[in-house]
Amino acid sequence: MKNIAPKLPVEQYEKNFAELHPPFTRNSAVIEANRCLYCYDSPCMKACPTHIDISTFIKKISTGNLLGSAKTIFQSNWVALTCAKACPVKVLCEGACVYNAKDEKPIEIGRLQRFVIDNYFAKGMPTLFQKAEKNGKTIGIVGSGPAGLACGAELALLGYDVTIYESSDIPGGLNTWGIAPYKMRREDSLKEVELVKSFGVEIKTGIMIGKTIQVDELLKKHDALFLGVGLGESPQLSLPGEELSGVIGALEFIEKVKTENWKNVQVGKKVAVIGAGNTSIDAATESKRLGAEQVFIVYRRSNVEMSAYDFEYDLAKKDGIVFHFLTSPKKIIGDSFVEGVECLKMKLGEPDIKGKRKPVPIAGSEFILPVDMVIKAIGQETKSSFLNSISGLTIDDEGCVVVDQVSYQTTNPKIFAGGDCINGGKEVVNAAYDGKRAAHGIDAYIMKK
Amino acid sequence: MIDLSINCAGIKSPNPFWLASAPPSNSAYQNCKAFEQGWGGTVWKTIGEPVMNVFNRYGGLDYNGQKIFGLNNIELISDRPIEINLKEIAETKKLWSDRAVIVSLMVESKRETWHEIVKRTIDTGCDGIELNYGCPHGMSERGMGAVVGQVPEYCQMITEWVTEISTIPVLVKLTPNVSNIQLPARAAKSAGAHGISLINTINSIIGINLDTFELKPNVGGLGGHGGYAGPAVKPIALHLLSQVAIDPEVNLPISGIGGISNWRDALEFILLGASSVQVCTAVMHHGFRIVEDMIEGMSNWMESKGFSSLDQVRGKSLSRINDFGNFDLLNKTIARIDQSKCIHCNLCYIACEDAAHQCIDLTPVNGHNKTEVREKDCVGCALCSLVCPVDNCISMVRIDDGSASKTWNQLTEEFRKSGKPMTWENLAEFQHKHGIEIH
Ligand SMILES: Cc1cc2nc3c(=O)[nH]c(=O)nc-3n(C[C@H](O)[C@H](O)[C@H](O)COP(=O)(O)OP(=O)(O)OC[C@H]3O[C@@H](n4cnc5c(N)ncnc54)[C@H](O)[C@@H]3O)c2cc1C
Ligand SMILES: Cc1cc2nc3c(=O)[nH]c(=O)nc-3n(C[C@H](O)[C@H](O)[C@H](O)COP(=O)(O)O)c2cc1C
Ligand code: SF4
Ligand code: SF4
Ligand code: SF4
Repeated sequence: MKNIAPKLPVEQYEKNFAELHPPFTRNSAVIEANRCLYCYDSPCMKACPTHIDISTFIKKISTGNLLGSAKTIFQSNWVALTCAKACPVKVLCEGACVYNAKDEKPIEIGRLQRFVIDNYFAKGMPTLFQKAEKNGKTIGIVGSGPAGLACGAELALLGYDVTIYESSDIPGGLNTWGIAPYKMRREDSLKEVELVKSFGVEIKTGIMIGKTIQVDELLKKHDALFLGVGLGESPQLSLPGEELSGVIGALEFIEKVKTENWKNVQVGKKVAVIGAGNTSIDAATESKRLGAEQVFIVYRRSNVEMSAYDFEYDLAKKDGIVFHFLTSPKKIIGDSFVEGVECLKMKLGEPDIKGKRKPVPIAGSEFILPVDMVIKAIGQETKSSFLNSISGLTIDDEGCVVVDQVSYQTTNPKIFAGGDCINGGKEVVNAAYDGKRAAHGIDAYIMKK
Repeated sequence: MIDLSINCAGIKSPNPFWLASAPPSNSAYQNCKAFEQGWGGTVWKTIGEPVMNVFNRYGGLDYNGQKIFGLNNIELISDRPIEINLKEIAETKKLWSDRAVIVSLMVESKRETWHEIVKRTIDTGCDGIELNYGCPHGMSERGMGAVVGQVPEYCQMITEWVTEISTIPVLVKLTPNVSNIQLPARAAKSAGAHGISLINTINSIIGINLDTFELKPNVGGLGGHGGYAGPAVKPIALHLLSQVAIDPEVNLPISGIGGISNWRDALEFILLGASSVQVCTAVMHHGFRIVEDMIEGMSNWMESKGFSSLDQVRGKSLSRINDFGNFDLLNKTIARIDQSKCIHCNLCYIACEDAAHQCIDLTPVNGHNKTEVREKDCVGCALCSLVCPVDNCISMVRIDDGSASKTWNQLTEEFRKSGKPMTWENLAEFQHKHGIEIH
């Protein structure tokens, strides 16, 4: 890299990556819990993709039944700490809270959930659930992200022998390796891993299925398989200059940040992030927090079309990220190091049949954005080569595994799937729901046999 | 597993949570739904004489943004025909044999009428009878309800008419609208009642509409006193419960009622001697579903305290009830402020300055006021700690070593023995000796 941002003092890193939403004290949690109306068949519960019985868990905070509250939460969601800290609550539960309709502040459901689960882990994970007797069946799970963990927890309680195979040395999937550190730290994700292990689930790390062990072998060993392999790396931009030193994929960059070994993560003085999804925002704000002087987000369309949530956009603006909308990168320039991105201004054309307005280049509008680093953040690749190698699976045009909507069974009856690899990349909470539902799909399949 | 089962006057239920005789226990549909959600028992909405309700019948007391801190009603007993009620009671009991089904009764004060209804009630197969001597409005004007509960002789007479023919346990439900709750309780006891339920609702007017000058609830421009219930009445109910529980002349199992909203409230009643607890207003506010947390919260509490049965909990706090004359005058506590927690609202200062003993000093420090207790002047009344909005910021600390101890009764006895009259001077001498300065 040509110009590397100078390292910061350790305390500064800690300050920069400090939690956006600090925990409730006991008193403030009880006050907030008492503000909840305890709605019946509540809109917040319906808006939660895992359908946590929110009014009930909040009511239990107000009576001081914190273990019961944790139980209510876990009954619907096995990665409730991650969800409490990383869910886009404004568009989910809190966005549906009835207080919005009264033009009052919605209940802080995420922070209350965190209060309960923090307390549960602080108490040393007391037993809340009784395991069914072992039924002698064994299930293999590929991937220890939220989908795999949720599926494993549920199956273990139903009496199955569960083994999770994880290619990484540290389990947890993107909960461990992806979510922005100012939302949650790795240790939180690992607590949830411990909880799932406490139900007897075995997690074998450092094992890449398809390489270390073949899928066929797993199919012989287990009565059914669950695939929770998520998505892959950031795709190529296919631009000239992409091979220059200083160009990096967002996932690779974020993974480095998630080691929490901040002074060892190199970041340019000036950084361009290509793309405007939620991952782009993470990469941009994380660059800034690592000490980059200027960070740009370069996006072909306008802020109306970008997939990043409004609150993520707001956060980026607060962090001083500069947005270049209607700007398309043409090539990355530099000798061996990145020196800049040549861009072209765009305007929105006529809407197509789907009503989407395609950006069209404005001739002669080229300009150079001088930067030292380019982060590619235009989505995530699917795990297509791995998935295509598994016999009997159907993969759709988007690269997603096709499953039955209720049972999560793939077109290979012995294989089930859930999470990002079936939806093309949603949220942790969707993966958690898929994994849990799939466990019941698997159970129904095995019991029928 | 924690066992929450109870036996109250021979009536058994898998947990102590019963619906109080009130709108939630009005029908088979409701009681069966409640049982499905976990309620241990029900006291069926009072049945008896033909009545007709007015439409608008409830008034709510909201407090600082919280709805229904108290609830007032001018509702009567069941307005459904007695035949329907008896049929539904029988059906409900048949479906739910492990739950307690108690039937609340109120008829005119005639021996034959009581005998007839008691017999018909027993025929339903229910587990017990509760006599409603509490209803403070509507029925009392007709010589039933509270007017019976307020006159021990009536209470005794009618209870006898019931116990003389009843083959199932009889609970007498008392009105709190009396000056000595022990008298009707003793009357019930001597008439052979098997247990006491208390409290029914308290006479009340919930409020006035400042725009229309109407009372709440307003029935076509008119209003009157109703019965008050809900969280606001709990302290009164706890007191009356304790009065009956400690009375050796009563010594009957008690079903506790009044302002119970959750498992914590329920435990307080049980600690003061209740065998079962009944709930009305909290269900009227949130539905039967509250029982899940009640059962779970109570079980978790029992487990954390190492109790395995409610028998180990019941009445545990009764021995602590005592007379003022036996309280130690030299058990000295004073307020201490944890400066690291203080948020400088100065509420403790103004409370102590204007309403207690002027012993908190305000000193300006870095743009705010530092609040400090002058310990030698603090009488330990605890007002500051009650107003402080921060948990555990002001604690009441005991400063004596327990070596000196003197109750008012002991002190007056000592004075009497040594021929000292109880004068301000003699009292001040005693206080001075023990480092107590009242100014
Ligand atoms: C940068 C970033 C930030 C995000 N932030 C948020 C957020 O704030 N809030 C939110 O709700 N969601 C967020 N998400 C989305 C969320 O992380 C995913 O939706 C979720 O993790 C998907 O869960 P999963 O279990 O399907 O897959 P993953 O979490 O991706 O887990 C898949 C696991 O499978 C393992 N694996 C893959 N292939 C193999 C194989 N062949 N053999 C063995 N193991 C294998 C992987 O190593 C990985 O551990 C973010 C995503 C990214 C990329
Ligand atoms: C609307 C309403 C109707 C009631 N009707 C009866 C009744 O028919 N018979 C009776 O014994 N008590 C009746 N009660 C009193 C309750 O059973 C109970 O004793 C009282 O409400 C206190 O309990 P709570 O604070 O849980 O509401 C009624 C109370 C309310 C609020
Ligand atoms: S919608 Fe809001 S007020 Fe209602 S139960 Fe949910 S969090 Fe509470
Ligand atoms: S609560 Fe039901 S019965 Fe009562 S006034 Fe409202 S709608 Fe009518
Ligand atoms: S009331 Fe509590 S918080 Fe307020 S000034 Fe006093 S000690 Fe401090």
